[in-house]
Amino acid sequence: MPVYAITPDYKGEVKDRKENFGDNQVVYVGWDHHLMFPAPFAFLLPMDMPFKAMIEEVLPVSFSVHPEWEKIDWSTVEWMLDGKVFKPDFDKNLGEQGVGHKSIMRFNTPELKGFQGAGV
Amino acid sequence: MAKKLNLKDKYRLLTRDLDWEYSYVDRKEAFPYEEFEGIKITDWSKWEDPFRLTMDAYWKYQAEKEKKLYAIFDAFSQHNGHLNVTDARYVNAIKLFLTGISPLEYAAYQGFAHVGRQFGGVGARVACQMQAIDELRHVQTQIHAMSHYNKFFDGFQDFSHMHDRVWYLSVPKSFFNDARAAGPFEFMIAIGFSFEYVLTNLVFVPFMSGAAYNGDMATVTFGFSAQSDEARHMTLGLEVIKFLLEQHEDNVPIVQKWIDKWFWRGCRLLSIVGMMMDYMLPNKVMSWKEAWEVYFEEAGGALFKDLARYGIRMPKYSEVISKEKEHVSHQAWWTFYAHGHVAGFHTWIPSDEELDWLSEKYPDTFDKYYRPRWELAKKMEAEGKRFYNQGLPQLCTTCQIPMMFTEMDHPTLTSYRECEHEGERYHFCSDGCKDIFQEEPEKYVQSWLPVHQIFQGNCGGPDVGDILKDFYRMNVGADNMDIKGSPDEKRWKAWKGVA
Repeated sequence: MPVYAITPDYKGEVKDRKENFGDNQVVYVGWDHHLMFPAPFAFLLPMDMPFKAMIEEVLPVSFSVHPEWEKIDWSTVEWMLDGKVFKPDFDKNLGEQGVGHKSIMRFNTPELKGFQGAGV
Repeated sequence: MAKKLNLKDKYRLLTRDLDWEYSYVDRKEAFPYEEFEGIKITDWSKWEDPFRLTMDAYWKYQAEKEKKLYAIFDAFSQHNGHLNVTDARYVNAIKLFLTGISPLEYAAYQGFAHVGRQFGGVGARVACQMQAIDELRHVQTQIHAMSHYNKFFDGFQDFSHMHDRVWYLSVPKSFFNDARAAGPFEFMIAIGFSFEYVLTNLVFVPFMSGAAYNGDMATVTFGFSAQSDEARHMTLGLEVIKFLLEQHEDNVPIVQKWIDKWFWRGCRLLSIVGMMMDYMLPNKVMSWKEAWEVYFEEAGGALFKDLARYGIRMPKYSEVISKEKEHVSHQAWWTFYAHGHVAGFHTWIPSDEELDWLSEKYPDTFDKYYRPRWELAKKMEAEGKRFYNQGLPQLCTTCQIPMMFTEMDHPTLTSYRECEHEGERYHFCSDGCKDIFQEEPEKYVQSWLPVHQIFQGNCGGPDVGDILKDFYRMNVGADNMDIKGSPDEKRWKAWKGVA
């Protein structure tokens, strides 16, 4: 059942549909095994933003406070986009490589294990 | 002169005899909510009144109780009772109670008043109406109990407005909205049974014992006063489930589905109680893990053994919750600590003694996964860079909690679940929350997720400071931030004459 309602054929209003966010879309980014950040972050980004700009301009605002941020070797970072392995092209836009509204991007830094090696 | 009624006659007249036969309206039109959930009631007369109380006795009894309660509140106030609490940190637990839980009493009143009109059986209607009045009294007495603190501490002044708007308070608010937007039978399984019967001890005992252990006589007295009402609520919850299960075998899978859903939703909501017990009480009562073992695993386990004869099993995912009891309180307090700049109460790093207490209570998880977070926080604080998370967290579509829960077989990995519905992606913290969405997507596509609402420009801003000040009505710099250096702490030290 899509819903149990007294009103026949009840349809809910989709509160978070793309049009409600103007020209931007919601994108979530999480750094695996770095739980200093209690949850992945939600960002509101234009889809014509180059991947590189997201790395250099957007993510540091939230992530750079981590003592390991400066040590990240971006060439060895493993990415997941919406649950699938993803090899981003840093020069291409987000939208061009399959990032969409409410996509999740996870990155794993295999050589960095978090503060005190504890996944923090 | 009319003869004095004996108790039995009076009881009959004031309960069952309040019903009447419908001569010119179809009964189905009079009680339109009774069928759409799929529950089958064959005979309302089989309903056994869970408590033998008539309205006149109710008023008399409650009036006496409240006279005593308010006498104690007055004494508490006249003797500056707030000075007897363990320390200023404690008061933040009751700020959380007033903004997060007391408004739920009001929501419960609304819910029980609604079902107290909609059930076809008069016994159930009368019992629900009485509980509705209880809930209304509870919200009022809680507000009065805590109003004294509002004169001396920050963060109490706009609790009702905050409940409707502040990001983390959408968690309790949406919990009750979900229950109240359901049909009357689901509401009763959600609130009457799952919450009041199975989980209520995990809210009331921790807060009320916490108050007793920390010198808060106003809250303790409220707790004692509410106890007899809570006992009635529990018997009503138990009667509802037995009645539904005995009425028709087709009700069993529907009731089981609701137990699964509301047990999970209740557990997610109780994350804040867990963090309150483990982190916010200067004098600890017991750990969250111990409370879970006593009040759910032992007491709840016995209950579900009793219900097995109806074909009811333990709630789905209770084995996940048994593992999460080692983690959630730490994850929740860390989340609030990291978001202390946007919370309506103060947060802090546990003292060294408290960190050791946590290690002792959580030997399998604390030192391995959570102490390092506090070591990092201490290091940053010592460098003058108290950690405040910059940016907005991703939220679960169902429970609306930031995605702070982790995989129980990989506790350093965020638990991500997602699904698609009509071309849109939806994200969840757990299988439990995902299942609930998938059962009724048309309900949860409407989730008012605070982070997304901020992005859509519906909460003022765009600066976070403006949202806090204008949309949440927080006194920025007083209500929020670390307790260290807060006006609350300064006043407390001045009253106590310490530097």
